[in-house]
Amino acid sequence: MLKIHQLQKSYPIGDSSLHVLKGIDLNVEEGEMVAIMGSSGSGKSTLLNIIGMLDEADSGEYILDGLPIKDLTEKKAAVYRNKFLGFIFQSFNLINYKNAIENVALPLYYQGLKRKERQELAMFHLEKVGLANWAKHLPKELSGGQKQRVAIARALAANPKLLLADEPTGALDTKTSYEIMAFIQQLNDEGKTILMVTHEEDIANMCKRIVRLRDGVIMEDKKVNQVRAEQYV
Amino acid sequence: MFDLDLWREIFQSINMNRTRSLLSGFTVAFAILLFTILFGIANGLQNTFKEAFVDDASNSIVVNSGRTTKANKGLQAGRKIQFKNEDFNYIKEEFKDKVEFITARVFKNVKASYKGEQNNYDLRAVHPDHQFLEKTKVYEGRYINQNDLNNRTKVIVIGKLIEEDLFLKTNALGKYINLNGIQYKVVGIFTDDGGDYEERQIYMPITTAQHLYGNNDYIDQVRLTYNPEMNYDQALSFSTLLTKKMKDRFDVARSDQRAIRVRNMAGDSKKINQMTFGLSVIILVIGFGTLIAGIVGVSNIMIFIVKERTKEIGIRKALGASPRSIVSIILIESILITAIAGYVGLLLGMGVLELVGPSLKTYFIKDPGVSNSLVIGATVTLITAGAIAGYLPAKKASRIKPIVALRND
Repeated sequence: MLKIHQLQKSYPIGDSSLHVLKGIDLNVEEGEMVAIMGSSGSGKSTLLNIIGMLDEADSGEYILDGLPIKDLTEKKAAVYRNKFLGFIFQSFNLINYKNAIENVALPLYYQGLKRKERQELAMFHLEKVGLANWAKHLPKELSGGQKQRVAIARALAANPKLLLADEPTGALDTKTSYEIMAFIQQLNDEGKTILMVTHEEDIANMCKRIVRLRDGVIMEDKKVNQVRAEQYV
Repeated sequence: MFDLDLWREIFQSINMNRTRSLLSGFTVAFAILLFTILFGIANGLQNTFKEAFVDDASNSIVVNSGRTTKANKGLQAGRKIQFKNEDFNYIKEEFKDKVEFITARVFKNVKASYKGEQNNYDLRAVHPDHQFLEKTKVYEGRYINQNDLNNRTKVIVIGKLIEEDLFLKTNALGKYINLNGIQYKVVGIFTDDGGDYEERQIYMPITTAQHLYGNNDYIDQVRLTYNPEMNYDQALSFSTLLTKKMKDRFDVARSDQRAIRVRNMAGDSKKINQMTFGLSVIILVIGFGTLIAGIVGVSNIMIFIVKERTKEIGIRKALGASPRSIVSIILIESILITAIAGYVGLLLGMGVLELVGPSLKTYFIKDPGVSNSLVIGATVTLITAGAIAGYLPAKKASRIKPIVALRND
């Protein structure tokens, strides 16, 4: 599904440059649920951004579902992001003047779907995250957990191959975090490939595999026994 | 090309951010409001100028006489020059092909009365051509004609305001007015663009006035228009020649400036044309200045809007928005706000002009207003202005990197 070979990335800081990723090798199979861990500055967010085509690597290979991702124009990157990837952010990143269903329908708008199809699909995904009754509410009228569920519905709307989550529970309390994790696990059970950045051990243990980064290299890459989140809910 | 969803997106964005949209629209509305008022006032000034000079035909030449200031050919200085009918006929014959219309004038002040009403008026005794020289518009009855001159008939043509003064809203045509004890029949009533003063004039056949008020053939002034096919230089050399011939005829020194005075409107109308042109240029400069200030204002606010919406644009890009769709959103929003706000400003400006226009007459501003062509021009300019104002911010927005926009802060 995802193949990364010798990925390097550095950022210029003043006259010198900061070497953030120093040759990452990573393979993710379809249906996996991977947690990328590391302290701040370890390069985990940069790695996720490159996988999400929000940033570009300096050197190395990145192949997504057999498609080499290199030297993309902005237009092409936009199309790929729309087709292949679903994003879940720590701060939800909902558009504040659009209600829940409009937020979920946005990726479908950029896919060029007709209004009616968009509405139906968006409603279907909102039902799936259990927020059908909140479809007409603005983000400010929703709780943190509800916002994140809207964001997950939005990430799912375009039916992406890969879900990328950047600290999806970072802004939530423990109970809500486990609810969200239970939901993400359920998505994984249904076959979705999920890649998640986190620095919380308990959250990482709810994935099936943990990749630990330090100073731009992979320190450890191991399969774990998944802790089911339902038991805490 | 027409993308309903795009418009829905834009209207939602404008609607959801009303304060922001109102604020950015306000700059443009205000700029256009100022522009419209300035333009209207300038137009009003122009109207006043034009009116002050359109009273008479622009190719007029006026010949006046006075006293000599220099001794010449054995004649003393201080001699009074008096034109007579023969002088009028001389000019008419001598310059036959250069003269379009010609008339003599005799001035009198008369006390006019009709039934109980009475008042003092200026009277001009003239030839029939006078109507064309003065641009008198007879709207009832007729003007003085050659028959009146031949028979010295006691008829007069009166201005609209005299009819209002003396006849108190009843029709004056065919009635008899008493002027200094003699009864005259009103055969025509006229209006004149020259204003109230011109509309309180009485016209009478020149022969009647000469016969009844002095029993002589004296003339106070000769007025003529030169052949309109002559250009400016030809017109000037014609009036120079006319001056020379008249001076010779009355044995006046060539250098005497007072005895025979010839005034050629060609010189004046050239000056007026230059002045109106200058005024138009000033209006345009001021107008464009305000408009540019407005554009800069909108552009500034659009840049601010883009900054404010950085995160939203980042989200949209992460979800698959192409750079082009981002540009269209910002650009069309900018055009829409500019166009609507501009129109509000234009309408407000026109309303203000309509409201205060009449009271500005005292300040030499007549009928301030904007023309239809200006409204069309403004529409095109506003759309262009909106596009210019929105272009840079839109470009900026399309370059926003989602990774920067989405960074948790």
